[in-house]
Amino acid sequence: MLARRIVPCLDVRDGQVVKGLRFRDHVVMGGIEELALRYRDEGADELVFYDITASPEGRRVDRGWVERVARIIDIPFCVAGGIRSVEDARAVLNAGADKVSINSPALERPGLIDELAGAFGVQCVVVGVDSLKDEDGEWRVRQYTGDPAKTKAPGRRTLDWVREVQDRGAGEIVLNCMGSDGAKSGFDLEQLAAVRAACRVPLVASGGAGTIAHFIEVFRVADVDAALAASVFHSGSVPIPELKSRLRAAGIEVRHE
Amino acid sequence: MIEASLVAGPRLDASRIRLVLLDSGGANLGSVQAAFARLGVEAAVTDDAQRIRAATHVILPGVGAAGPAMARLRANGLDRLIPTLTQPLMGICVGMQLLFEHSAEGDTGCLGLLPGRVERLPESPGLRVPHMGWNRLEAASPEAAAHPLMDGLDGRHAYFVHSFACHGDANALATCAHGAPFTAIAARGHVMGAQCHPERSAATGARLLANFLSL
Repeated sequence: MLARRIVPCLDVRDGQVVKGLRFRDHVVMGGIEELALRYRDEGADELVFYDITASPEGRRVDRGWVERVARIIDIPFCVAGGIRSVEDARAVLNAGADKVSINSPALERPGLIDELAGAFGVQCVVVGVDSLKDEDGEWRVRQYTGDPAKTKAPGRRTLDWVREVQDRGAGEIVLNCMGSDGAKSGFDLEQLAAVRAACRVPLVASGGAGTIAHFIEVFRVADVDAALAASVFHSGSVPIPELKSRLRAAGIEVRHE
Repeated sequence: MIEASLVAGPRLDASRIRLVLLDSGGANLGSVQAAFARLGVEAAVTDDAQRIRAATHVILPGVGAAGPAMARLRANGLDRLIPTLTQPLMGICVGMQLLFEHSAEGDTGCLGLLPGRVERLPESPGLRVPHMGWNRLEAASPEAAAHPLMDGLDGRHAYFVHSFACHGDANALATCAHGAPFTAIAARGHVMGAQCHPERSAATGARLLANFLSL
């Protein structure tokens, strides 16, 4: 039986891992390789590296650290941020990343998803979706969320976008619920369950993890394939070994060595 | 060598191993190379027939689609060379799928070194395709569990990411459940395959690669 995955997300800015509350006020958490190895040793199932400034600044991901991470870790990892073309993705995949994740560039030009799936196969194409509930009660996507000054609301309904990206060839979807991100009050179960119902590819929950109980409920209630978090892992407030043993005790299949 | 002992696998004598990775054009060549480097074994990427024949162990990696990977093997003549090899040969992921007779992905004729056909994984509510993540290797039989390639692997989690696989393969050493069980590890004489990605399967993957090199 396929195990549910625990995925630490490392937001990368200027060659270091950073974290901020609700996407703002970033503080340095440590070096990229140092944190990658720490999480691998603690039993993380996969890592996501998000170059949070590449997309709003129009820069590409630096290949150097991708190559170094690929050499030292033996679990899969995904690189996000600043991938706008098949050539950008090829550089990151050839540097050793297992998957690429696209978010704002997919909203700019949805055909990019088709191109990436055609060139590399759907299994390495992840689409990140930043989503927020509007005043009318509808969930809609956000763009360029790495920089609050540049964040835009292009008006697309989240559920429509989730269906479209799958049809275009997304092999996995990461749903970042911005309303709960950084607040540590739990994943947005209502939104995740709604997206789950519209999603036939693996779905990764992101935004809001604060306690071990939040992980148990997101797998039970929203039936997601993986749960992604950053600060609770960086701070050590949710230790991954303890998280996995509690998930196992709750009857949720997880990997253990 | 140090890492090999850490995963409690066989002791490897790297000086006796001449390992080559066949160039099937996949993006995971570097990751597979790095996985062997962590075991203390250097792996050269090549499509040179003489060098491949002189190797003690041959790996056929693969990421992407079966059609382009097979086209690449035909273009560099490896489709004719591979069936003549006699040393331990292991295909990884799409590289394994190419060892079967046929793949439904792009209706691709493959190498035919393992009897069987590669089909798309069945999709149903709760059963997502691609099959992406960590799943348990289950020995196909007590005899399969005793195969040296399977040493220490039964019941452990390996990392998978694929949409196609072979079902009901007589040469399966380990199967894995995602709907109907599919072949996760296979061996027929010197021809072996792993549908999982050992280079991204932590200690389980290192053990599988070390077991292969000990053959």
